[in-house]
Amino acid sequence: MANVTKKYPGESRWKGWWYLLPALLVYLLFTFLPILETIRSSFYQWDGFSQNKVWIGLGNYVELFSDPKFHNALRNNLIFVIFYSIIPILIGLFLASMLSRRPIPGFAFFRTALFLPQVISMVVVGVIWRWMFNPTFGPINSLLRQIGLDVFAISWLGDFTWALPAVGSIGTWVQYGFCMVLFLAGMQHIQDEYYEAASLDGANTFKQFIHITVPGLRSEIAVALVTTIIAALRVFDLVYTTTKGGPGETTMVTGFLIYRAAFTNNRIGYAAAIATVLTLIILVISLFIRRYQQQGSEESA
Amino acid sequence: MKYPWKNLLPRYFILIVFMLVVLVPIWGMFTSAFKTSTEVMEGPFSLPSNWSLDNFEQAWRVGRFNIFFKNSVIVATAVVISSVFLSTLSGYAFGALPLPGKSWLYPLILIGYMVPFEAVIIPLYNLMDTFGITDTLWALILPQVGLSVSFGTMWMSSFFENTPGELTDAATIDGCSRWQTLWYILWPIAKPAVTTLVVLIFMWTWNEFLLALVLVQNEALRTLPVGLAFFQGKYTANIPLMAAGAIIVALPTILIYVLFQRFFIRGMLGGAVKG
Repeated sequence: MANVTKKYPGESRWKGWWYLLPALLVYLLFTFLPILETIRSSFYQWDGFSQNKVWIGLGNYVELFSDPKFHNALRNNLIFVIFYSIIPILIGLFLASMLSRRPIPGFAFFRTALFLPQVISMVVVGVIWRWMFNPTFGPINSLLRQIGLDVFAISWLGDFTWALPAVGSIGTWVQYGFCMVLFLAGMQHIQDEYYEAASLDGANTFKQFIHITVPGLRSEIAVALVTTIIAALRVFDLVYTTTKGGPGETTMVTGFLIYRAAFTNNRIGYAAAIATVLTLIILVISLFIRRYQQQGSEESA
Repeated sequence: MKYPWKNLLPRYFILIVFMLVVLVPIWGMFTSAFKTSTEVMEGPFSLPSNWSLDNFEQAWRVGRFNIFFKNSVIVATAVVISSVFLSTLSGYAFGALPLPGKSWLYPLILIGYMVPFEAVIIPLYNLMDTFGITDTLWALILPQVGLSVSFGTMWMSSFFENTPGELTDAATIDGCSRWQTLWYILWPIAKPAVTTLVVLIFMWTWNEFLLALVLVQNEALRTLPVGLAFFQGKYTANIPLMAAGAIIVALPTILIYVLFQRFFIRGMLGGAVKG
């Protein structure tokens, strides 16, 4: 890298800045300064339009950490991590290990289909699943009635117990194909010799999976974790289109709480404090997983 | 090494099951868009007796999807072109040019890729208000360019880092300026990286919801996802009409995905590594 970025004789050492500047200015104005402004706002009490902006120090944060609505939203985000991240990664690992290292004719077709939910707008995904879960004529309840399980044909998205897992399982539907394609791509890099040696030593398929496949996919698993956990923590579109956080507060998530505090309740400072905490959580998790991934690649190198 | 048939069959079986779980809801929605309201009640997977386009026509005109579609095309095109152009320049600066301060500039830009949009939405709203552009599509275009150049810069810089230095050296010896080297020597070989960036930014912009929901209030400026969300609130029970609207929103990204699949998957697997 160093030899590529050398400057040529007679060239200004600031050359790169001219090329960087336009992107940097747009980035600073529309992304970086807004981040700083959000952090600053979180120390104020403000309704968003009046001149009356009052410095209250950590007041918003103190209120936040004792607010049961925030605890509830954060807990729901963590439950979404199970549905968005843990279950899809397990399904992805299972599928990848079943298919494993030899080419399967026609696999490209399956891959296209499995990846499809990744490219569709989450609002469309929400519309599709509201229909799937529709209590009277949705496919899920129609099926349940047909096989005689009428008692389970409930109003999924309106049920205090079942709305959260129902919305969560939509996340599973979106993410598992992505995880699987990611892991299959990674498995191409694990050398056959490892498996051959393990078979000679008498390791069964399950042991090979635990001791060869999973460590071999360390970096792909890290990527899947970062992507899906972040998706679970910043979920907004899907909740907005399926339940709007209801019934009650049962599917309320942090992203929606920020939206409601800022644009329905006009509590800008409080919304900014939630946004700051959410951003910090996301940054810490991404950095932590990246570090774990880098350590892994250094050890194996 | 290939699988014998008897080992292939169970593998196909598992693949088909997991593929159907993905495809059946999409297929059900697709067929619903051609049905009448009574046909929808008859069974979720019955086929429409007549593949009529009436629902699409109604969504397009009465639901104003024609306007939302136009807005989405304008916003996505403007964001893609500007972000890719700016990211090419800044990626070139990071990957191939002398750049004092690079060590702190890189993490500065990386932050933009990791923060959720919730972290910037409130100040952006106030900023657009200050600029007095909340009644124009600029309120959607400018912020999304700012948010896209963060990923774009990192994506393009990793491409320029990996181009052989001999190539640029040779160009310089032949008398090319840095600017000429970028556009005449490097740009032609950057096509796969640029295509990936174009399809990713297009998809993200086309599907973006939170910014489009908050930054413009005028109904005539809504993009397709926001239009569909409000449409759903209005016609909750009219499944065929909503299905038609959903297809209008989803079809462009699905088409581009199918056409540029290789780039899409490479980008999402490789792009994800970045974040």
